[in-house]
Amino acid sequence: MAPKRHAASTTSAAPSTPTPAPTTPKLSSGPATLKTNASAAEIAGHVWQQYASTTPQRTLLLDAFMAFLVLVGGLQFVYCVLAGNYPFNAFLSGFSAAVGQFVLTASLRMQTSDSEQGTGTSHERAFADYIFGSLILHFFCVNFIN
Amino acid sequence: MAPSSLDVVLKGSSGRNTRGLLRVIILCTIAAAAVSSRLFSVIRFESIIHEFDPWFNFRATKYLVENGFYSFWDWFDDRTWHPLGRVTGGTLYPGLMVTSGVIYHILRLLTIPVDIRNICVLLAPGFSGLTALAMYLLTSEMSDSPSAGLLAAAFMGITPGYISRSVAGSYDNEAIAIFLLVFTFYLWIKAVKNGSIMWGALTALFYGYMVSAWGGYVFITNLIPLHVFVLLCMGRYSTRVYISYTTWYALGTLGSMQIPFVGFLPIRNSDHMSALGVFGLIQLVAFAEFIRGYLPGKQFQKLLTSMVLLTFGLGFGGLVLLSVSGVIAPWSGRFYSLWDTGYAKIHIPIIASVSEHQPTAWPAFFFDLNFLIWLFPAGVFMCFQKLKDEHVFVVIYSVLASYFAGVMVRLMLTLTPIVCVAAALALSCILDNFLVASTPSTETKAKATTEDKSLRSARNPVVGIYSWFSKSVVVASVTLYLLMFVAHCTWVTSNAYSSPSVVLASKLPDGSQFIIDDYREAYYWLRQNTPDNAKIMSWWDYGYQIGGMADRPTLVDNNTWNNTHIATVGKAMSSREEVSYPILRQHDVDYVLVVFGGLLGYSGDDLNKFLWMVRIAEGIWPDEVKERDFFTARGEYRVDEEATPAMKNSLMYKMSYHNYQSLFPAGQAMDRVRGTRLPKESPQLNTLEEAFTSENWIVRLYKVKDLDNLGRDHSNAVAFDKGLKRKRATKRKGPRVLRTE
Repeated sequence: MAPKRHAASTTSAAPSTPTPAPTTPKLSSGPATLKTNASAAEIAGHVWQQYASTTPQRTLLLDAFMAFLVLVGGLQFVYCVLAGNYPFNAFLSGFSAAVGQFVLTASLRMQTSDSEQGTGTSHERAFADYIFGSLILHFFCVNFIN
Repeated sequence: MAPSSLDVVLKGSSGRNTRGLLRVIILCTIAAAAVSSRLFSVIRFESIIHEFDPWFNFRATKYLVENGFYSFWDWFDDRTWHPLGRVTGGTLYPGLMVTSGVIYHILRLLTIPVDIRNICVLLAPGFSGLTALAMYLLTSEMSDSPSAGLLAAAFMGITPGYISRSVAGSYDNEAIAIFLLVFTFYLWIKAVKNGSIMWGALTALFYGYMVSAWGGYVFITNLIPLHVFVLLCMGRYSTRVYISYTTWYALGTLGSMQIPFVGFLPIRNSDHMSALGVFGLIQLVAFAEFIRGYLPGKQFQKLLTSMVLLTFGLGFGGLVLLSVSGVIAPWSGRFYSLWDTGYAKIHIPIIASVSEHQPTAWPAFFFDLNFLIWLFPAGVFMCFQKLKDEHVFVVIYSVLASYFAGVMVRLMLTLTPIVCVAAALALSCILDNFLVASTPSTETKAKATTEDKSLRSARNPVVGIYSWFSKSVVVASVTLYLLMFVAHCTWVTSNAYSSPSVVLASKLPDGSQFIIDDYREAYYWLRQNTPDNAKIMSWWDYGYQIGGMADRPTLVDNNTWNNTHIATVGKAMSSREEVSYPILRQHDVDYVLVVFGGLLGYSGDDLNKFLWMVRIAEGIWPDEVKERDFFTARGEYRVDEEATPAMKNSLMYKMSYHNYQSLFPAGQAMDRVRGTRLPKESPQLNTLEEAFTSENWIVRLYKVKDLDNLGRDHSNAVAFDKGLKRKRATKRKGPRVLRTE
């Protein structure tokens, strides 16, 4: 049902940018209004402020998990570069477990944080899908780890 | 009474049920038609495995069923590639064998005792029925019309382009792979439409199954990223695309790496790099979209430019570094031959020598797809008109597959599904318009012209077919085309694609069928009369059949991974006996098998393939074997009196024509394939002796002689046996040596 409604719109960039509408009032009233010629660092700082003030608690939790996964994957990668990739199967399955879990969590975040205009799936359905995907992912990883 | 009762059945909620039921019945009929049209060969000949590669799959399946899965996985086969052996478990796509093994065990569990051979023979027709169902699902995603899916399923069921690889007995990877291909694409379209992890994960699972079944999985690996990439370029990024693609890639890549034969290829091989690249790209795009939510346009653009420059520089540098340091393997040879059709001929004769790797001839498209091929562009055009995400997929798929099908004959197989989809879209549109659309009434027309004062292009035009004449003409002609299509498909299937090529059939003058069963006769002779580990040398085409039917070790077979070894056999075949004999001895060859069609006029024999043996051997030993030596001064390939010395002395020539002249009155020996009169004298074989010749002389077996007991060389021994006097005086023409004692 959802796809028909969605796929009909040729301007499909619009539904994918759901957040600006609710955030714009805050942006004008917020403490840091940006000048048009602000530097990249200023812009980044501004984004961070906006993010911290507008994101709900549950989504923040997911984001923390994603950050953790990036850290884990990065650590494995650094180890691989520095200390060699000897058990290559193990490295690959560890790394791809981190990457896979990251994209799954990102998908879950997308489905749950903008469900009102987004993909139209309920939170429960999204979470069940997430569990399903994660199970398959970890099955493959454990099988591949040797 | 009758129309009103019909109305009750066809309208409202019960009408929906009736239509659903009808649809199910139609689909079942289509599946049954798909299965039964592939049974020509079983009815005409018997339940037998066809051709060459299926014999290996059959042998592997038997091994799997007898020894269980784990020993199949670790199978080292010492009966092929004789001195080397083959790590079979790690160098095959196990999907096909495991599938039929599972079916076998399920049937056993249900206490239905079925021979594994029958499962193997009927697996391809069974899966073609499933392909028709998958086709219905896929096409139904593309179109609102209920008839499109059914038409596509019917087309897919009987189109010769697909039947060519899935008749009963052609137990090859493609048998299940096309079903998996179509079903994976269906799941992918579903995933893109719904944007749910579940559909993405299912796509990945079936993609993994596909990887385990056929090397053609690379097509999916590149097509899906390309679809996503095009969507991104069209500015159609959405969370649905992100979710389905990343889920598919993360899970699918891991899944594909579970197959030992694929192993680390997905991260090492350039064929798979586009998928990885698009994966990275979509992460960036998603992140950019995320950031954009927090920023007004101007600053966002600034940030975006710096980000794009940074990542592009990093990515490009990384790719160059990895390619230079050799972490990422260069593109594989078969891949190059896809872009440059002349590539294989120059660099890898072994790939070019396979007839299914040749470019497709134009008539083949009409032969295999009939009227679908001219409906195909119309269907693609209609996809352009709607151009939702899934239609973009159809467009990309059709462009790519058309190109590939033009390059290689066997890739016609990947083109067929999309042709069926597009043709069904076009045809269902025609039928819907001409059968259903009624003449618009005059009031609506008047309303449309008077009330709408907006732009003419924005107005809804009044569409309708006005005359019964045009309706009936169009519908009648479409029906005629459909009927002709069915007739054509049946004719092609029965005449062109249902020959097992192990058993040949011909017609006697009175019209009755004459079965030529020389192959099995010879293989069975080998099985009965030679020791269990007698090594058979033959050209690689027959390796799998010898392994499967005669159960004897072979030197080379159809798995062409070792070019040098095949070239060795080619050299042995194309050299003089004095050169060949040491090669035969070194490789422990006990018997040599040649296929000779001269008596019967069977054109696929070894002498016609001989030039490929020479070319492949020349690729490795350019000094010892030269293709030029086998052509006469005028550049002709001849086997008669005027054949070149290299030709006449080659082992292949001698084995083919050994004793052949004795069949005919003196001086009248004819070669019926090449249509030439042969020399009077039969060639003299010294190092081999004839062991067996089949009824129609198609298969000839020679035993390699042991070293002579008295230490003579073989030509002397043979001459002695014939009672010829040794002509010492004339033979020794060396410089006279003065005796000084």
